[in-house]
Amino acid sequence: MIGKLLEVSNLRTYFYTEAGVVKAVDGISIDVGKSETVGLVGESGSGKSVTAQSILRIVPPPGRIVEGSIKFQGADILQKSEGEMRMLRGSKISVIFQDPSSSLNPVYTVEKQLTDIITLHQHVNKREAIQKAESLLTRVGISESKKRLRAYPHELSGGMKQRVAIARALSCEPSLLLADEPTTSLDVTIQAQVLELLKELQAEYEMSMVMITHDMGIVADLTRRVTVAYAGKVMEVADTRNVFTDPKHPYTEALLKAVPSIRRTRALEVIPGNIPNLIEPPSGCVFHPRCKYAKEICSREVPALEEVNGGHYVACHLWRELRLEGRAN
Amino acid sequence: MGTTLHVTYGENLDSKAELTKMATNQEALLSVDSLVKHFDVVERGIFGRKTIGEIHAVDNVSFTISRGETLGLVGESGCGKTTTGKVILFLEKPTSGTVIFEQANICQVFSSDKEGARKLRSRMQMVFQNPYSSLDPRMTVYDIITEVFAIHKNIPKSQWQQRVSELLRMVNLEDYHAERYPHEFSGGQRQRIAIARALAVNPKFIILDEPVSSLDVSIRAQILNLLIALQKRENLSYLYISHDLSSVRQISHRVAVMYLGEIVELAHTDILFDKPLHPYTQALIAAVPVPDVEHKTIRMILPGEVPSPINPPNACRFHPRCPHATDICRQTAPTLKDDLIKDHFVACHHADKFL
Repeated sequence: MIGKLLEVSNLRTYFYTEAGVVKAVDGISIDVGKSETVGLVGESGSGKSVTAQSILRIVPPPGRIVEGSIKFQGADILQKSEGEMRMLRGSKISVIFQDPSSSLNPVYTVEKQLTDIITLHQHVNKREAIQKAESLLTRVGISESKKRLRAYPHELSGGMKQRVAIARALSCEPSLLLADEPTTSLDVTIQAQVLELLKELQAEYEMSMVMITHDMGIVADLTRRVTVAYAGKVMEVADTRNVFTDPKHPYTEALLKAVPSIRRTRALEVIPGNIPNLIEPPSGCVFHPRCKYAKEICSREVPALEEVNGGHYVACHLWRELRLEGRAN
Repeated sequence: MGTTLHVTYGENLDSKAELTKMATNQEALLSVDSLVKHFDVVERGIFGRKTIGEIHAVDNVSFTISRGETLGLVGESGCGKTTTGKVILFLEKPTSGTVIFEQANICQVFSSDKEGARKLRSRMQMVFQNPYSSLDPRMTVYDIITEVFAIHKNIPKSQWQQRVSELLRMVNLEDYHAERYPHEFSGGQRQRIAIARALAVNPKFIILDEPVSSLDVSIRAQILNLLIALQKRENLSYLYISHDLSSVRQISHRVAVMYLGEIVELAHTDILFDKPLHPYTQALIAAVPVPDVEHKTIRMILPGEVPSPINPPNACRFHPRCPHATDICRQTAPTLKDDLIKDHFVACHHADKFL
């Protein structure tokens, strides 16, 4: 596809642990266009965070990317040298993690953490870097930015720390921002502030964003397209609207119905069982042990990702016969 | 100051009728009156300790919970919701105020009567947020549950085995799980074990402190439905503490909203969510991203952050962040009252504007 900023295809990232091979990402593909926000939804163990780590090539050992390709601006990231990756990370591709207290360095001031990145990637002197850091803090909504530059992370609240992390991620005007559960550790009203800020900044900087989350509310609010992942595999890819109104995968349907609504109470449909063990994932379709529609074929054959219609893909043997319900709020 | 809030149910329960049962008995099981909990902020110098301030964790909180009822307690981190729960169980000593549980004054019993205190403990239990830290990793599930029997001496040893398997089945686990250790279970299963342990003493009242927050979305529904089913079966009362408004709506009969140590609004669940009268409740509800693509309302963004509970703002504690604040809000503290709509308690000078 032309015009795609990021094309991840058939990515497999495995962890070679003593207990066995954990197939954390097992054939995930995801495309992100210019200035587009794409959602990657899943629960723990779905492979969403490892996908982000793979894109940045920061998969911790014993993990390894074993297959697939990751093309960023047309060039394969997996072929780049470590030095080239270093110039990419933080400048062209940035990331925000879930927990700002662990992603910021506790022994450096905010100023040091911001100016380090700015001076590494841009030809500016120290004074210009500090000025830039200050205006970034103001931009992400931190008042008294001069004073805050001298603060250490522990002196800031959770929401404030996440704003600093966002400022750091945006300091070199990246073309791609990977946001890995950026608001999960924040309070609701602070989450609302941060989501709104991300939306504004995304439009302002014309950057593309991969929003990694388990929250269907954030998906509905921020994204145009969504990839639903489960146990390291893609279950469904579609425009956000279609995922909510016309889901084709039983897991997507179950996920929509298992979440309580703030707007009314209704019976919650339970997804039975637990998230599968990725060392020995279920045979056939990974979701079949928990799927209420499962048939004999589902435990036998791995379903391929098929196109339902323009841009809507699903990996389910039964999608043609199932009549699934979307979210009726 | 503190009025005891005894709220009876309206008829507006049709949507919940399937899920929850009305309290069969309107008698209050628990009543909390003007509860206050302040923590000293201490500075340690070379000449000893000096108290330099007070954290107003819980300020003048009053509510009741009936038999078979769930009261949701919502608020953001630091608003005092967990402290409220701990004070009710006397895990923290209240600064002032009373907690009456089944006609017994908790403070008196716990500070004077040891045997009575143990009896009370078996009537009220707590389930914590993180089942990874609330279960001892070196004990099997059998040991975890029977430790409770050993302390409370409520069951003869010969029946332990049978009771453990009964409890495990109540929370949808199997007999063979009893011999396993916590690390062999997933988060959802661990939370079931924590619930089984709480049920081991046949309590009437359980404080649930964020019981599903650390669980995956597909597992949350399992635990919420289990809690609702257990409540029906055992006529349990819950205090459901959470910051997740959707799950609060799902499980609670009534909801109290806390901000900086105070209850700012308390009403029947559907009424509170559909017609909130306090600007803070309105903002909280509006802040939750709704999983619906058709829903494109403009979010009401609250400016700033929750102020420090060490020196909470004067008068109405919400006024520095409130879009509707006027002079009166900066001068007088509003009281929690239900003079606009019966049983809909709100502490806001301007609540009538939101009717």
